Amino acid sequence: MEKLFDCRDAFAATLEALAEQDPRVVVVCNDSVGSSKLSGFKQRFADRLVNVGIAEQNMIGVAAGLANGGKIPFVCGASCFLTGRALEQIKADLAYAKANVKLCGMSSGMAYGELGPTHHSIEDLAWTRAIADLAVVVPSDPIETREAVKFAHAYTGPVFLRLSRMGVPAVHTEDYQFAFGKADELRAGHDVTLIANGTLVTRCLQAAQRLGDGGISARVLNMHSVRPLDDAAVVAAARETGALVTVEEHTTRGGLGGAVAEAVVQGAPVPMAILGVPGVFAPTGSAEFLLDHFGMSVDGIVQAARGVIARKEPRQKAAV
Amino acid sequence: MNWQAPGSPAELRAEAQAARQDALNMIVGAGLGHIGGDFSALDIVTVLYGAILRVDPANPRATDRDRFIMSKGHATGALYVTLARRGFFATEELRTFAKPLSRLGGHPDRTKLPGVEANTGPLGHGLPVAVGAALAAKLSGQTYRSFVLTGDGELQEGSNWEAAMTAAHNKLDNLVVTVDRNHLQQGDRTENTMALESLAAKWAAFGFEVVHVDGHDHKALLEVYSHVPVREGKPTVVIARTTKGKGVSFMEDGAAWHHKVPSAAECAAALRELQTS
Repeated sequence: MEKLFDCRDAFAATLEALAEQDPRVVVVCNDSVGSSKLSGFKQRFADRLVNVGIAEQNMIGVAAGLANGGKIPFVCGASCFLTGRALEQIKADLAYAKANVKLCGMSSGMAYGELGPTHHSIEDLAWTRAIADLAVVVPSDPIETREAVKFAHAYTGPVFLRLSRMGVPAVHTEDYQFAFGKADELRAGHDVTLIANGTLVTRCLQAAQRLGDGGISARVLNMHSVRPLDDAAVVAAARETGALVTVEEHTTRGGLGGAVAEAVVQGAPVPMAILGVPGVFAPTGSAEFLLDHFGMSVDGIVQAARGVIARKEPRQKAAV
Repeated sequence: MNWQAPGSPAELRAEAQAARQDALNMIVGAGLGHIGGDFSALDIVTVLYGAILRVDPANPRATDRDRFIMSKGHATGALYVTLARRGFFATEELRTFAKPLSRLGGHPDRTKLPGVEANTGPLGHGLPVAVGAALAAKLSGQTYRSFVLTGDGELQEGSNWEAAMTAAHNKLDNLVVTVDRNHLQQGDRTENTMALESLAAKWAAFGFEVVHVDGHDHKALLEVYSHVPVREGKPTVVIARTTKGKGVSFMEDGAAWHHKVPSAAECAAALRELQTS
Protein backbone atom coordinates (compact mmCIF):
# COMPACT_ATOMS: atom_id res chain seq x y z
CA MET A 1 0.00 0.00 0.00
CA GLU A 2 1.32 3.38 -1.03
CA LYS A 3 2.08 5.84 1.75
CA LEU A 4 -0.61 8.52 2.08
CA PHE A 5 0.01 12.08 3.24
CA ASP A 6 -2.20 14.67 4.89
CA CYS A 7 -1.09 17.81 3.01
CA ARG A 8 -1.83 19.97 6.04
CA ASP A 9 1.38 18.63 7.58
CA ALA A 10 3.46 19.92 4.68
CA PHE A 11 1.52 23.18 4.84
CA ALA A 12 2.20 23.67 8.55
CA ALA A 13 5.89 22.72 8.31
CA THR A 14 6.46 25.11 5.41
CA LEU A 15 4.63 27.93 7.14
CA GLU A 16 6.76 27.51 10.25
CA ALA A 17 9.93 27.51 8.15
CA LEU A 18 8.83 30.72 6.42
CA ALA A 19 7.93 32.34 9.75
CA GLU A 20 11.38 31.47 11.00
CA GLN A 21 12.97 33.38 8.09
CA ASP A 22 10.50 36.23 7.69
CA PRO A 23 9.16 38.19 10.67
CA ARG A 24 6.36 39.60 8.49
CA VAL A 25 4.64 36.19 8.38
CA VAL A 26 1.65 36.00 10.74
CA VAL A 27 -1.28 33.62 10.99
CA VAL A 28 -4.91 34.65 11.39
CA CYS A 29 -7.41 31.93 12.25
CA ASN A 30 -10.96 31.34 13.44
CA ASP A 31 -10.51 29.01 16.39
CA SER A 32 -8.98 26.58 13.89
CA VAL A 33 -5.56 26.00 15.46
CA GLY A 34 -6.11 22.24 15.58
CA SER A 35 -7.91 21.74 12.27
CA SER A 36 -5.35 23.89 10.46
CA LYS A 37 -2.46 22.04 12.14
CA LEU A 38 -1.17 25.23 13.72
CA SER A 39 -0.20 23.87 17.14
CA GLY A 40 3.47 23.90 16.20
CA PHE A 41 3.24 27.44 14.85
CA LYS A 42 1.46 28.54 18.00
CA GLN A 43 4.13 26.97 20.17
CA ARG A 44 6.98 28.62 18.28
CA PHE A 45 5.41 31.97 17.36
CA ALA A 46 2.62 32.52 19.88
CA ASP A 47 2.56 36.30 19.46
CA ARG A 48 2.25 35.95 15.67
CA LEU A 49 -0.89 33.85 15.75
CA VAL A 50 -4.03 35.98 15.76
CA ASN A 51 -7.08 33.94 16.69
CA VAL A 52 -10.16 36.08 16.07
CA GLY A 53 -12.53 33.44 17.34
CA ILE A 54 -15.44 32.23 15.27
CA ALA A 55 -15.78 35.31 13.11
CA GLU A 56 -14.80 34.89 9.47
CA GLN A 57 -15.82 38.30 8.10
CA ASN A 58 -13.73 39.96 10.77
CA MET A 59 -10.93 37.47 10.15
CA ILE A 60 -10.53 38.59 6.54
CA GLY A 61 -10.81 42.29 7.40
CA VAL A 62 -8.23 41.95 10.17
CA ALA A 63 -5.92 40.17 7.74
CA ALA A 64 -6.33 43.03 5.24
CA GLY A 65 -5.44 45.49 7.98
CA LEU A 66 -2.40 43.43 9.03
CA ALA A 67 -1.26 43.49 5.40
CA ASN A 68 -1.82 47.25 5.35
CA GLY A 69 0.54 47.36 8.33
CA GLY A 70 3.24 45.43 6.45
CA LYS A 71 2.53 41.88 7.60
CA ILE A 72 2.06 38.82 5.37
CA PRO A 73 -0.99 37.14 6.90
CA PHE A 74 -1.78 33.50 6.22
CA VAL A 75 -5.48 33.15 7.00
CA CYS A 76 -6.37 29.61 7.99
CA GLY A 77 -9.82 28.15 8.34
CA ALA A 78 -12.10 25.47 6.98
CA SER A 79 -12.57 26.36 3.34
CA CYS A 80 -16.38 26.20 3.52
CA PHE A 81 -16.51 28.96 6.16
CA LEU A 82 -13.45 30.91 5.05
CA THR A 83 -14.84 31.48 1.58
CA GLY A 84 -18.61 31.34 1.93
CA ARG A 85 -18.94 33.33 5.11
CA ALA A 86 -16.56 36.10 4.07
CA LEU A 87 -16.85 36.27 0.30
CA GLU A 88 -17.57 40.01 0.17
CA GLN A 89 -14.56 40.68 2.40
CA ILE A 90 -12.42 38.52 0.11
CA LYS A 91 -13.63 40.52 -2.87
CA ALA A 92 -13.45 44.06 -1.45
CA ASP A 93 -10.86 43.97 1.35
CA LEU A 94 -8.41 41.60 -0.33
CA ALA A 95 -8.75 41.24 -4.08
CA TYR A 96 -9.99 44.70 -5.07
CA ALA A 97 -7.58 46.32 -2.62
CA LYS A 98 -4.74 43.99 -3.75
CA ALA A 99 -3.97 43.17 -0.12
CA ASN A 100 -1.00 40.86 0.35
CA VAL A 101 -3.00 38.18 2.17
CA LYS A 102 -2.82 34.40 1.72
CA LEU A 103 -6.07 32.50 2.24
CA CYS A 104 -5.53 28.89 3.24
CA GLY A 105 -8.78 26.99 2.83
CA MET A 106 -8.47 23.81 4.85
CA SER A 107 -10.37 20.55 4.39
CA SER A 108 -11.84 21.72 1.11
CA GLY A 109 -14.04 19.75 -1.23
CA MET A 110 -15.75 16.87 0.54
CA ALA A 111 -12.98 16.25 3.07
CA TYR A 112 -15.52 16.56 5.87
CA GLY A 113 -17.54 13.81 4.15
CA GLU A 114 -19.93 12.55 6.80
CA LEU A 115 -20.42 16.01 8.35
CA GLY A 116 -22.56 16.82 5.36
CA PRO A 117 -23.10 19.58 2.80
CA THR A 118 -22.89 22.42 5.39
CA HIS A 119 -19.22 21.46 5.76
CA HIS A 120 -18.49 20.49 2.19
CA SER A 121 -16.65 23.19 0.28
CA ILE A 122 -17.60 22.38 -3.28
CA GLU A 123 -18.48 25.92 -4.39
CA ASP A 124 -15.25 27.64 -3.32
CA LEU A 125 -13.46 27.45 -6.68
CA ALA A 126 -16.45 28.92 -8.51
CA TRP A 127 -16.73 31.74 -5.98
CA THR A 128 -13.06 32.62 -5.78
CA ARG A 129 -12.15 32.26 -9.42
CA ALA A 130 -14.91 34.73 -10.30
CA ILE A 131 -13.07 37.44 -8.36
CA ALA A 132 -10.55 39.58 -10.24
CA ASP A 133 -6.92 39.70 -9.11
CA LEU A 134 -7.22 36.70 -6.79
CA ALA A 135 -4.78 33.85 -7.48
CA VAL A 136 -6.39 30.43 -6.94
CA VAL A 137 -4.09 27.43 -6.40
CA VAL A 138 -4.97 23.81 -5.58
CA PRO A 139 -1.93 21.66 -4.75
CA SER A 140 -2.10 17.90 -5.23
CA ASP A 141 0.40 16.35 -2.82
CA PRO A 142 2.73 17.28 0.06
CA ILE A 143 5.58 18.40 -2.19
CA GLU A 144 3.37 20.62 -4.29
CA THR A 145 1.71 21.94 -1.12
CA ARG A 146 5.13 22.95 0.21
CA GLU A 147 5.99 24.67 -3.07
CA ALA A 148 2.59 26.38 -3.28
CA VAL A 149 2.96 27.81 0.23
CA LYS A 150 6.42 29.11 -0.69
CA PHE A 151 4.96 30.60 -3.87
CA ALA A 152 2.16 32.31 -1.93
CA HIS A 153 4.71 33.86 0.41
CA ALA A 154 6.90 35.13 -2.43
CA TYR A 155 3.98 36.41 -4.54
CA THR A 156 2.79 39.97 -3.91
CA GLY A 157 -0.99 40.01 -3.75
CA PRO A 158 -3.93 37.93 -2.57
CA VAL A 159 -3.81 34.14 -3.02
CA PHE A 160 -6.35 31.42 -2.24
CA LEU A 161 -4.68 28.09 -1.46
CA ARG A 162 -7.22 25.27 -1.47
CA LEU A 163 -5.98 22.46 0.72
CA SER A 164 -7.37 19.06 1.67
CA ARG A 165 -7.09 16.72 4.62
CA MET A 166 -7.77 13.58 2.61
CA GLY A 167 -4.75 11.28 2.43
CA VAL A 168 -2.98 11.39 -0.94
CA PRO A 169 0.19 9.72 -2.23
CA ALA A 170 3.10 11.83 -3.44
CA VAL A 171 2.90 12.40 -7.18
CA HIS A 172 5.89 14.74 -7.38
CA THR A 173 9.55 14.21 -6.60
CA GLU A 174 11.61 16.38 -4.28
CA ASP A 175 13.04 18.43 -7.17
CA TYR A 176 9.57 19.53 -8.40
CA GLN A 177 9.45 23.11 -9.65
CA PHE A 178 6.05 24.74 -9.09
CA ALA A 179 5.19 27.14 -11.92
CA PHE A 180 2.24 29.41 -11.04
CA GLY A 181 -0.28 29.66 -13.87
CA LYS A 182 1.29 26.79 -15.82
CA ALA A 183 -0.21 23.32 -16.23
CA ASP A 184 1.94 20.54 -14.84
CA GLU A 185 2.00 17.70 -17.39
CA LEU A 186 2.40 14.48 -15.42
CA ARG A 187 1.93 12.11 -18.33
CA ALA A 188 2.18 12.54 -22.07
CA GLY A 189 -0.60 11.26 -24.32
CA HIS A 190 -2.39 11.87 -27.61
CA ASP A 191 -5.87 10.26 -27.47
CA VAL A 192 -7.48 12.12 -24.58
CA THR A 193 -6.46 14.52 -21.81
CA LEU A 194 -7.42 14.12 -18.16
CA ILE A 195 -7.28 17.42 -16.24
CA ALA A 196 -7.50 17.52 -12.46
CA ASN A 197 -6.04 19.12 -9.37
CA GLY A 198 -5.84 18.45 -5.65
CA THR A 199 -6.83 15.03 -4.38
CA LEU A 200 -7.95 13.80 -7.81
CA VAL A 201 -4.64 14.01 -9.63
CA THR A 202 -3.66 10.59 -8.32
CA ARG A 203 -6.89 9.01 -9.52
CA CYS A 204 -6.35 10.51 -12.97
CA LEU A 205 -2.85 9.04 -13.13
CA GLN A 206 -4.25 5.63 -12.21
CA ALA A 207 -7.01 6.00 -14.83
CA ALA A 208 -4.41 6.97 -17.45
CA GLN A 209 -2.43 3.85 -16.59
CA ARG A 210 -5.51 1.69 -17.03
CA LEU A 211 -6.43 3.41 -20.31
CA GLY A 212 -2.88 2.79 -21.48
CA ASP A 213 -3.25 -0.90 -20.70
CA GLY A 214 -6.24 -0.83 -23.05
CA GLY A 215 -4.31 0.89 -25.81
CA ILE A 216 -5.51 4.44 -25.19
CA SER A 217 -2.87 7.11 -24.71
CA ALA A 218 -4.06 9.61 -22.07
CA ARG A 219 -2.33 12.87 -21.22
CA VAL A 220 -2.63 13.99 -17.60
CA LEU A 221 -2.47 17.68 -16.65
CA ASN A 222 -2.24 18.69 -13.01
CA MET A 223 -4.01 22.06 -13.21
CA HIS A 224 -2.92 23.44 -9.85
CA SER A 225 -3.55 27.05 -10.93
CA VAL A 226 -7.25 27.56 -11.50
CA ARG A 227 -6.82 31.30 -11.77
CA PRO A 228 -5.02 32.23 -13.87
CA LEU A 229 -5.73 29.09 -15.88
CA ASP A 230 -3.13 27.89 -18.38
CA ASP A 231 -5.42 28.46 -21.37
CA ALA A 232 -2.62 27.63 -23.80
CA ALA A 233 -2.07 24.18 -22.30
CA VAL A 234 -5.82 23.50 -22.38
CA VAL A 235 -6.17 24.54 -26.00
CA ALA A 236 -3.06 22.56 -26.96
CA ALA A 237 -4.50 19.51 -25.19
CA ALA A 238 -7.77 19.93 -27.06
CA ARG A 239 -6.02 20.28 -30.40
CA GLU A 240 -3.50 17.49 -29.84
CA THR A 241 -5.67 14.89 -28.09
CA GLY A 242 -9.14 15.84 -29.36
CA ALA A 243 -11.07 15.11 -26.14
CA LEU A 244 -10.96 16.22 -22.51
CA VAL A 245 -12.14 15.03 -19.13
CA THR A 246 -11.92 17.31 -16.09
CA VAL A 247 -12.15 15.84 -12.59
CA GLU A 248 -12.61 17.96 -9.47
CA GLU A 249 -13.72 17.70 -5.87
CA HIS A 250 -16.18 20.52 -6.52
CA THR A 251 -19.55 21.15 -8.11
CA THR A 252 -19.48 20.74 -11.88
CA ARG A 253 -20.80 24.30 -12.13
CA GLY A 254 -18.11 26.93 -12.43
CA GLY A 255 -15.03 25.25 -10.99
CA LEU A 256 -12.05 23.69 -12.77
CA GLY A 257 -14.31 22.13 -15.39
CA GLY A 258 -16.01 25.44 -15.98
CA ALA A 259 -12.69 27.21 -16.36
CA VAL A 260 -11.39 24.59 -18.79
CA ALA A 261 -14.67 24.68 -20.75
CA GLU A 262 -14.37 28.45 -21.13
CA ALA A 263 -10.92 28.01 -22.64
CA VAL A 264 -11.92 25.06 -24.84
CA VAL A 265 -15.10 26.59 -26.23
CA GLN A 266 -13.31 29.76 -27.20
CA GLY A 267 -10.04 28.17 -28.29
CA ALA A 268 -10.60 24.70 -29.74
CA PRO A 269 -14.01 23.08 -29.15
CA VAL A 270 -13.76 19.31 -28.66
CA PRO A 271 -15.84 16.72 -26.79
CA MET A 272 -15.48 17.21 -23.07
CA ALA A 273 -16.80 15.69 -19.84
CA ILE A 274 -16.87 17.48 -16.49
CA LEU A 275 -16.69 15.12 -13.53
CA GLY A 276 -17.52 16.49 -10.10
CA VAL A 277 -20.52 16.87 -7.85
CA PRO A 278 -23.32 17.31 -10.38
CA GLY A 279 -25.18 20.28 -8.90
CA VAL A 280 -26.62 18.45 -5.90
CA PHE A 281 -26.06 18.35 -2.16
CA ALA A 282 -24.16 15.17 -1.42
CA PRO A 283 -25.69 12.32 0.57
CA THR A 284 -24.05 11.06 3.77
CA GLY A 285 -20.73 9.32 3.32
CA SER A 286 -16.97 9.59 3.61
CA ALA A 287 -14.98 11.72 1.17
CA GLU A 288 -13.71 8.62 -0.62
CA PHE A 289 -17.21 7.16 -0.84
CA LEU A 290 -18.63 10.40 -2.24
CA LEU A 291 -15.90 10.72 -4.87
CA ASP A 292 -16.71 7.21 -6.06
CA HIS A 293 -20.45 7.83 -5.75
CA PHE A 294 -20.23 10.80 -8.11
CA GLY A 295 -18.20 8.93 -10.72
CA MET A 296 -14.74 10.09 -9.71
CA SER A 297 -13.42 6.59 -9.08
CA VAL A 298 -10.63 5.34 -11.34
CA ASP A 299 -13.27 3.31 -13.19
CA GLY A 300 -15.54 6.33 -13.50
CA ILE A 301 -12.74 8.43 -14.97
CA VAL A 302 -11.82 5.63 -17.43
CA GLN A 303 -15.45 5.40 -18.56
CA ALA A 304 -15.72 9.14 -18.98
CA ALA A 305 -12.53 9.13 -21.07
CA ARG A 306 -13.90 6.39 -23.33
CA GLY A 307 -17.12 8.37 -23.60
CA VAL A 308 -15.51 11.56 -24.87
CA ILE A 309 -13.29 9.61 -27.26
CA ALA A 310 -16.44 8.02 -28.70
CA ARG A 311 -17.87 11.48 -29.30
CA LYS A 312 -14.93 12.64 -31.40
CA GLU A 313 -15.66 13.55 -35.04
CA PRO A 314 -15.10 10.51 -37.34
CA ARG A 315 -11.89 11.99 -38.74
CA GLN A 316 -10.51 12.50 -35.26
CA LYS A 317 -11.65 9.03 -34.19
CA ALA A 318 -9.84 7.47 -37.11
CA ALA A 319 -6.63 8.93 -35.77
CA VAL A 320 -7.01 7.00 -32.53
CA MET B 1 1.80 72.46 -1.79
CA ASN B 2 0.40 75.58 -0.18
CA TRP B 3 -1.22 73.62 2.58
CA GLN B 4 -0.58 74.89 6.07
CA ALA B 5 -1.67 73.20 9.23
CA PRO B 6 -4.83 74.95 10.41
CA GLY B 7 -3.94 75.13 14.07
CA SER B 8 -6.92 76.82 15.70
CA PRO B 9 -10.51 75.63 15.86
CA ALA B 10 -11.54 78.72 13.88
CA GLU B 11 -9.10 77.85 11.12
CA LEU B 12 -10.30 74.26 11.11
CA ARG B 13 -13.87 75.46 10.82
CA ALA B 14 -12.96 77.68 7.86
CA GLU B 15 -11.15 74.75 6.26
CA ALA B 16 -14.18 72.50 6.70
CA GLN B 17 -16.51 75.09 5.18
CA ALA B 18 -14.19 75.44 2.19
CA ALA B 19 -14.03 71.64 1.87
CA ARG B 20 -17.84 71.53 1.86
CA GLN B 21 -17.87 73.93 -1.09
CA ASP B 22 -15.39 71.71 -2.94
CA ALA B 23 -17.54 68.66 -2.22
CA LEU B 24 -20.68 70.45 -3.37
CA ASN B 25 -19.07 71.53 -6.64
CA MET B 26 -17.63 68.06 -7.15
CA ILE B 27 -20.98 66.35 -6.67
CA VAL B 28 -22.94 68.82 -8.78
CA GLY B 29 -20.29 68.46 -11.49
CA ALA B 30 -20.58 64.68 -11.47
CA GLY B 31 -24.34 64.57 -11.08
CA LEU B 32 -24.01 62.02 -8.29
CA GLY B 33 -22.65 61.62 -4.80
CA HIS B 34 -23.64 61.35 -1.16
CA ILE B 35 -23.67 64.94 0.00
CA GLY B 36 -25.62 64.40 3.23
CA GLY B 37 -23.10 61.90 4.58
CA ASP B 38 -20.15 63.94 3.31
CA PHE B 39 -21.30 67.04 5.19
CA SER B 40 -22.08 65.00 8.28
CA ALA B 41 -18.48 63.71 8.38
CA LEU B 42 -16.51 66.68 7.06
CA ASP B 43 -15.76 68.44 10.34
CA ILE B 44 -14.42 65.20 11.81
CA VAL B 45 -12.31 64.39 8.76
CA THR B 46 -11.02 67.96 8.56
CA VAL B 47 -9.90 67.98 12.18
CA LEU B 48 -8.19 64.58 11.77
CA TYR B 49 -6.30 65.48 8.59
CA GLY B 50 -5.77 69.09 9.64
CA ALA B 51 -4.38 68.62 13.11
CA ILE B 52 -4.17 65.02 14.27
CA LEU B 53 -3.05 62.45 11.70
CA ARG B 54 0.66 61.92 11.17
CA VAL B 55 0.57 61.52 7.42
CA ASP B 56 2.82 62.83 4.66
CA PRO B 57 1.34 63.39 1.19
CA ALA B 58 4.86 63.15 -0.25
CA ASN B 59 5.18 59.64 1.18
CA PRO B 60 1.65 58.28 1.39
CA ARG B 61 2.73 54.70 2.15
CA ALA B 62 5.27 55.55 4.87
CA THR B 63 5.29 52.55 7.19
CA ASP B 64 4.82 54.62 10.34
CA ARG B 65 1.95 56.77 9.04
CA ASP B 66 -1.29 57.00 10.98
CA ARG B 67 -4.06 55.12 9.18
CA PHE B 68 -7.45 56.69 8.50
CA ILE B 69 -10.13 54.41 7.09
CA MET B 70 -13.40 55.81 5.78
CA SER B 71 -15.63 52.88 6.54
CA LYS B 72 -18.73 54.69 5.30
CA GLY B 73 -17.27 54.52 1.81
CA HIS B 74 -20.21 56.32 0.21
CA ALA B 75 -18.97 59.46 2.01
CA THR B 76 -15.89 59.27 -0.16
CA GLY B 77 -16.57 62.86 -1.20
CA ALA B 78 -15.51 64.04 2.26
CA LEU B 79 -12.35 61.94 1.93
CA TYR B 80 -11.52 63.05 -1.62
CA VAL B 81 -11.80 66.79 -0.95
CA THR B 82 -9.82 66.44 2.27
CA LEU B 83 -7.04 64.38 0.66
CA ALA B 84 -6.86 66.83 -2.25
CA ARG B 85 -6.75 69.90 -0.02
CA ARG B 86 -4.16 68.17 2.14
CA GLY B 87 -1.96 67.69 -0.94
CA PHE B 88 -2.28 63.97 -1.73
CA PHE B 89 -3.34 64.92 -5.26
CA ALA B 90 -4.27 68.10 -7.12
CA THR B 91 -7.60 69.70 -6.23
CA GLU B 92 -8.24 70.10 -9.98
CA GLU B 93 -8.62 66.32 -10.14
CA LEU B 94 -11.78 66.58 -8.02
CA ARG B 95 -13.48 67.67 -11.23
CA THR B 96 -12.99 64.16 -12.64
CA PHE B 97 -15.07 62.59 -9.83
CA ALA B 98 -17.13 59.68 -11.21
CA LYS B 99 -16.19 60.55 -14.80
CA PRO B 100 -15.02 57.73 -17.10
CA LEU B 101 -11.63 56.30 -16.06
CA SER B 102 -11.19 58.74 -13.16
CA ARG B 103 -9.14 57.66 -10.14
CA LEU B 104 -11.98 59.17 -8.10
CA GLY B 105 -14.77 56.63 -8.37
CA GLY B 106 -18.01 56.55 -6.46
CA HIS B 107 -16.21 54.69 -3.69
CA PRO B 108 -12.51 54.93 -2.77
CA ASP B 109 -9.83 52.68 -4.33
CA ARG B 110 -6.48 52.49 -2.55
CA THR B 111 -4.79 50.93 -5.54
CA LYS B 112 -5.45 54.08 -7.57
CA LEU B 113 -5.55 57.08 -5.27
CA PRO B 114 -2.76 58.02 -2.84
CA GLY B 115 -3.92 58.44 0.74
CA VAL B 116 -6.74 55.92 0.55
CA GLU B 117 -6.16 53.04 2.99
CA ALA B 118 -9.03 50.63 2.26
CA ASN B 119 -11.50 49.90 -0.53
CA THR B 120 -14.74 50.53 1.26
CA GLY B 121 -18.29 50.80 -0.01
CA PRO B 122 -19.97 47.68 1.30
CA LEU B 123 -20.66 48.51 4.95
CA GLY B 124 -19.10 46.94 8.02
CA HIS B 125 -15.70 46.51 6.36
CA GLY B 126 -13.67 49.43 7.70
CA LEU B 127 -13.51 48.52 11.37
CA PRO B 128 -12.07 45.01 10.91
CA VAL B 129 -9.40 46.43 8.60
CA ALA B 130 -8.60 49.22 11.07
CA VAL B 131 -8.33 46.61 13.83
CA GLY B 132 -5.87 44.63 11.70
CA ALA B 133 -3.78 47.74 11.04
CA ALA B 134 -3.72 48.58 14.76
CA LEU B 135 -2.76 45.00 15.56
CA ALA B 136 0.09 45.12 13.04
CA ALA B 137 1.49 48.18 14.84
CA LYS B 138 1.36 46.39 18.17
CA LEU B 139 3.02 43.27 16.74
CA SER B 140 5.84 45.32 15.20
CA GLY B 141 6.26 47.74 18.08
CA GLN B 142 5.32 50.69 15.85
CA THR B 143 3.70 53.79 17.25
CA TYR B 144 1.23 54.68 14.50
CA ARG B 145 -2.47 54.95 15.32
CA SER B 146 -5.41 53.52 13.43
CA PHE B 147 -8.47 55.75 12.99
CA VAL B 148 -11.72 54.64 11.42
CA LEU B 149 -14.91 56.57 10.74
CA THR B 150 -18.07 54.50 10.61
CA GLY B 151 -21.60 55.51 9.85
CA ASP B 152 -24.21 54.84 12.49
CA GLY B 153 -26.59 52.80 10.35
CA GLU B 154 -23.53 50.82 9.32
CA LEU B 155 -23.28 49.47 12.87
CA GLN B 156 -26.20 47.20 12.02
CA GLU B 157 -23.62 45.03 10.21
CA GLY B 158 -22.48 42.28 12.59
CA SER B 159 -18.89 42.34 11.35
CA ASN B 160 -18.37 45.55 13.34
CA TRP B 161 -19.11 43.77 16.58
CA GLU B 162 -16.83 40.86 15.68
CA ALA B 163 -14.09 43.44 15.15
CA ALA B 164 -14.97 45.30 18.36
CA MET B 165 -14.40 42.10 20.33
CA THR B 166 -11.04 41.60 18.62
CA ALA B 167 -9.97 45.17 19.41
CA ALA B 168 -10.76 44.90 23.10
CA HIS B 169 -9.38 41.38 23.41
CA ASN B 170 -6.06 42.57 21.99
CA LYS B 171 -6.05 45.78 24.06
CA LEU B 172 -5.72 47.97 20.97
CA ASP B 173 -5.40 51.39 22.57
CA ASN B 174 -3.95 52.65 19.27
CA LEU B 175 -7.38 52.24 17.68
CA VAL B 176 -9.83 55.13 17.55
CA VAL B 177 -13.29 54.46 16.16
CA THR B 178 -15.46 57.47 15.42
CA VAL B 179 -19.17 56.91 14.90
CA ASP B 180 -20.81 59.55 12.70
CA ARG B 181 -24.01 59.49 14.74
CA ASN B 182 -26.44 61.47 12.59
CA HIS B 183 -29.38 59.14 13.29
CA LEU B 184 -30.17 58.77 9.58
CA GLN B 185 -29.55 55.94 7.18
CA GLN B 186 -30.50 55.69 3.53
CA GLY B 187 -34.19 55.09 3.99
CA ASP B 188 -35.19 56.45 7.36
CA ARG B 189 -34.01 57.28 10.87
CA THR B 190 -31.78 54.61 12.38
CA GLU B 191 -34.07 54.13 15.37
CA ASN B 192 -37.05 53.48 13.08
CA THR B 193 -35.08 51.09 10.88
CA MET B 194 -33.14 48.99 13.39
CA ALA B 195 -32.58 50.71 16.70
CA LEU B 196 -28.94 51.21 17.74
CA GLU B 197 -29.49 52.60 21.22
CA SER B 198 -28.19 52.27 23.79
CA LEU B 199 -25.19 52.71 21.55
CA ALA B 200 -22.70 53.92 24.16
CA ALA B 201 -23.61 51.06 26.47
CA LYS B 202 -23.06 48.59 23.63
CA TRP B 203 -19.54 49.87 22.95
CA ALA B 204 -18.75 49.97 26.67
CA ALA B 205 -19.96 46.41 27.02
CA PHE B 206 -17.66 45.42 24.16
CA GLY B 207 -14.70 46.83 26.08
CA PHE B 208 -14.27 50.27 24.57
CA GLU B 209 -13.63 53.55 26.32
CA VAL B 210 -16.53 55.73 25.16
CA VAL B 211 -16.25 59.46 24.49
CA HIS B 212 -19.11 61.70 23.42
CA VAL B 213 -18.52 64.80 21.34
CA ASP B 214 -20.32 67.31 19.15
CA GLY B 215 -19.13 66.18 15.71
CA HIS B 216 -19.28 69.73 14.36
CA ASP B 217 -17.44 71.45 17.23
CA HIS B 218 -13.86 71.76 16.03
CA LYS B 219 -12.53 72.74 19.43
CA ALA B 220 -14.16 69.76 21.10
CA LEU B 221 -13.03 67.36 18.37
CA LEU B 222 -9.47 68.69 18.61
CA GLU B 223 -9.57 68.17 22.36
CA VAL B 224 -10.84 64.58 22.09
CA TYR B 225 -8.44 63.46 19.38
CA SER B 226 -5.47 65.09 21.11
CA HIS B 227 -6.01 62.83 24.10
CA VAL B 228 -6.21 59.34 22.70
CA PRO B 229 -5.91 56.74 23.97
CA VAL B 230 -8.25 57.86 26.70
CA ARG B 231 -7.30 54.80 28.68
CA GLU B 232 -4.20 52.71 28.24
CA GLY B 233 -4.95 49.16 27.14
CA LYS B 234 -8.40 49.97 25.77
CA PRO B 235 -9.62 50.96 22.31
CA THR B 236 -11.50 54.25 22.07
CA VAL B 237 -14.84 54.97 20.46
CA VAL B 238 -15.81 58.58 19.84
CA ILE B 239 -19.55 58.88 19.40
CA ALA B 240 -19.86 62.09 17.42
CA ARG B 241 -23.27 63.73 17.43
CA THR B 242 -23.67 64.95 13.88
CA THR B 243 -26.27 66.31 11.51
CA LYS B 244 -26.61 64.82 8.07
CA GLY B 245 -26.20 67.60 5.50
CA LYS B 246 -24.58 69.88 8.10
CA GLY B 247 -23.89 73.43 6.92
CA VAL B 248 -26.71 73.85 4.43
CA SER B 249 -29.99 74.56 6.18
CA PHE B 250 -32.29 72.94 3.66
CA MET B 251 -30.22 69.72 3.63
CA GLU B 252 -29.82 69.31 7.36
CA ASP B 253 -31.28 66.24 9.03
CA GLY B 254 -33.16 65.08 5.94
CA ALA B 255 -32.98 61.50 4.70
CA ALA B 256 -33.71 62.79 1.20
CA TRP B 257 -30.20 64.28 0.96
CA HIS B 258 -28.51 60.90 1.39
CA HIS B 259 -27.70 60.86 -2.31
CA LYS B 260 -29.80 63.61 -3.85
CA VAL B 261 -27.91 65.97 -6.17
CA PRO B 262 -28.65 69.69 -5.74
CA SER B 263 -30.12 71.62 -8.68
CA ALA B 264 -28.23 74.65 -10.00
CA ALA B 265 -30.37 76.96 -7.85
CA GLU B 266 -29.96 74.77 -4.77
CA CYS B 267 -26.22 74.63 -5.38
CA ALA B 268 -25.98 78.42 -5.59
CA ALA B 269 -28.00 78.84 -2.41
CA ALA B 270 -25.89 76.22 -0.63
CA LEU B 271 -22.63 77.86 -1.70
CA ARG B 272 -23.90 81.25 -0.47
CA GLU B 273 -24.76 79.76 2.87
CA LEU B 274 -21.41 78.01 3.22
CA GLN B 275 -19.51 81.17 2.25
CA THR B 276 -21.32 83.41 4.71
CA SER B 277 -21.83 81.18 7.74
